[in-house]
Amino acid sequence: MERTSHGVLLVAVGGFLGAVARYATDAAASGLVALATRGAGLTVLDGTATGVGTLTANVLGSFALGLLLTRTSSERIRLLVGTGALSSFTTYSTFVSDAVALGTPTGAWYVAVSYVTGLTAAALGLAVGGRDP
Amino acid sequence: MTVESLLAPALVGVGGALGAVSRHAVGLRVGGDRSVLAVNALGSFALGAVAAAPVGSAATLLFGVGFCGAFTTFSSFAVGTVRAANETGGRAAAAVAALNLAAALVAFLLGSLVSGGLLN
Repeated sequence: MERTSHGVLLVAVGGFLGAVARYATDAAASGLVALATRGAGLTVLDGTATGVGTLTANVLGSFALGLLLTRTSSERIRLLVGTGALSSFTTYSTFVSDAVALGTPTGAWYVAVSYVTGLTAAALGLAVGGRDP
Repeated sequence: MTVESLLAPALVGVGGALGAVSRHAVGLRVGGDRSVLAVNALGSFALGAVAAAPVGSAATLLFGVGFCGAFTTFSSFAVGTVRAANETGGRAAAAVAALNLAAALVAFLLGSLVSGGLLN
């Protein structure tokens, strides 16, 4: 299944949806950050990397993948939702790019917070899902 | 809904589909945690190169946000690291986690340097 054209199609469809969901999450998070900082009397320039959207996607996606992998043994669902959607919803390259853009020391804190919350979320997802099928 | 407002997510989606399929291909050839390390380093290099190049917003959405974003993955990394910790102990897992970060960070900076250097 995972080497068939049907399997590749499932990964592609999942990848499309996961990347669009990440884009939407990032837009929503940027909007909320702009709203909150304006409320606090601060301004964040449009397009400035805050990392909030990427962090949100990475934590949610890590929890969901841990849950998925322990809850289903269906290869179709794993390819569509796991390899396709959730792995594309989360991202490592943008995470690194955001960390560099934030500079020191904020970027170092961003990396630490991402690792602690992301790994905790994955462990929680695996624990909630139970044993690996 | 304007055409423009639909174009951005469409570009990200197409790039994401290609990125996911490419990651899947690497996974079938390499397999396991090493394939996650490979895609994260390669994809970070590519994003660094795109970020430093004066490409338009359409190319950034398609290749940067879409392709590189989806080719690399945090969730598979996180689940793989937690499983490594459960199976082989915390020290090995910490090494994997640190190696992913170091490799991706160096790759991203190298990508920006190469791209910036070629263009200047």
